[in-house]
Amino acid sequence: MDLVNLQVGHAARIALLGYGVVFLGLLMLMIVIMILGKVMIASRKKAETAAAVEVPVKEVPAEAPKAYAEGSAGEIKLYDTDPKDAAMIMAIVANKLGKPINELRFKSIKEIKK
Amino acid sequence: MDILGTLQNLWLESGFSAFFMAGGWKNLVMILIAFVLLYLGIVKKFEPLLLCGIAFGCLLSNLSYFVSLGDTNALYHPELWAEFLDSTSPYYHSYGHIMAHCGLLDFLYIGVKAGIYPSLIFMGVGAMTDFGPLLSNPKSLILGAAAQLGVFVAFFGAILLGFTGPQAASIGIIGGADGPTAIYLTTKLAPELLGPIAIAAYSYMALIPLIQPPLMKLFTTEEMRKVRMEQTREVSKTEKILFPIVVSTFVILLLPSTAPLVGCLMLGNLFRETGVTDRLSDTAQNALMNIVTIFLATSVGATMTAESFLNIKTIYIIVLGLIAFSISTIGGLTGGVIMYYASGKKINPLIGSAGVSAVPMAARVSQDVGRRYNKTNFLLMHAMGPNVAGVIGSAIAAGFLLSIFG
Repeated sequence: MDLVNLQVGHAARIALLGYGVVFLGLLMLMIVIMILGKVMIASRKKAETAAAVEVPVKEVPAEAPKAYAEGSAGEIKLYDTDPKDAAMIMAIVANKLGKPINELRFKSIKEIKK
Repeated sequence: MDILGTLQNLWLESGFSAFFMAGGWKNLVMILIAFVLLYLGIVKKFEPLLLCGIAFGCLLSNLSYFVSLGDTNALYHPELWAEFLDSTSPYYHSYGHIMAHCGLLDFLYIGVKAGIYPSLIFMGVGAMTDFGPLLSNPKSLILGAAAQLGVFVAFFGAILLGFTGPQAASIGIIGGADGPTAIYLTTKLAPELLGPIAIAAYSYMALIPLIQPPLMKLFTTEEMRKVRMEQTREVSKTEKILFPIVVSTFVILLLPSTAPLVGCLMLGNLFRETGVTDRLSDTAQNALMNIVTIFLATSVGATMTAESFLNIKTIYIIVLGLIAFSISTIGGLTGGVIMYYASGKKINPLIGSAGVSAVPMAARVSQDVGRRYNKTNFLLMHAMGPNVAGVIGSAIAAGFLLSIFG
């Protein structure tokens, strides 16, 4: 096959093969990452179970629930701020800084009243 | 002393007189193009970090090299590189010959020609990229693959327009929306097209907020655009550390020609995630990245000589580049629509368009368009998955084309 002066039919075959290779490569990578994720989750659960068995559970008086934002994975404290407003503020800050939101740590948001 | 004779010599040796000699007008046109690119970079903020350097490299090259004056003061010598690429020349692939006769920009261009700068840029990109969203939702990789459609459609289109196989492959990779990958592949396969391809790639990346939204509206329904996606699982530190090692091993074994790009991308990411190489990560994503960007942009701009840029092929490349970007976006959106149905309407197909790479611009566009239809929608982190998958996808596409035409 003359790869410099490529015929249309050959070009079409290379294009299809190329797209297929990209798909196959990333599909296989997806499977590898999924397996890796499952192994990690399983090992984490195993470690947690082992820790729970080793450490005797003490009766601890229940703490009062903290005022975290709903659906938050962090520990942000909101003072006189609606969770929806807080989410919007955090998204705007992340957008302005050009950083993914999970790389930023917000400690608290407080409304300043005049 | 012949004052008039001296003044006449000064005039004849000046670039001003060269404008009136054979081919001088072409330099003038290229200088005007450099001014337009500088305007776009500085005023319109189109990828300014790269476009300013590219434009200034183009300016310097066309101010210092005139066909009628010879190459005495030239910063970049196209004829040296023509000999370098000519297999019948005694100086074929001779960096020694280049270094013995080079100007400043020829010297810097060696780093592009050897594939060093794009790989180092990839190291910086790896150090700046959080692959967490991809790890928490590995299905994003499908969208990254789907969004490489434009690469192969543009490749086919370029063949129809009469480009050679290696040239068509270099044009097609514009659809990967990844500047360093486009530069890397073009330098290897079709260095004579480097200037227009680099300009097309970076200009369209800057225009993503204009190119993608109409296509997103066209290929998705309002109901699809309103889908609110669930929060993805938390990814452990160990997974993040293992990821670059696993990806390097797997992808390089699969396609060895991807080794420079994927290897450097993942090395940078490993520096970021280990927690014990913070200094290296900082250098890779700041100092090294900035230095290499200066060298890369200026020397790529220098290749935009009048002879190589002012021809019909440049217009074809600009048009094919736009087609490649658009088709890649459509490919990603189509993948998103398929996943929307396959997931029981839980995936917002707007994140598919982010699969074109162009990190993080394309993910931000998905976020902005999603928010326009559902104020409570936060697609940014979900779109980052396909977005970084697109980087790996375009590197695989480049590796495939390199293995065929390299």
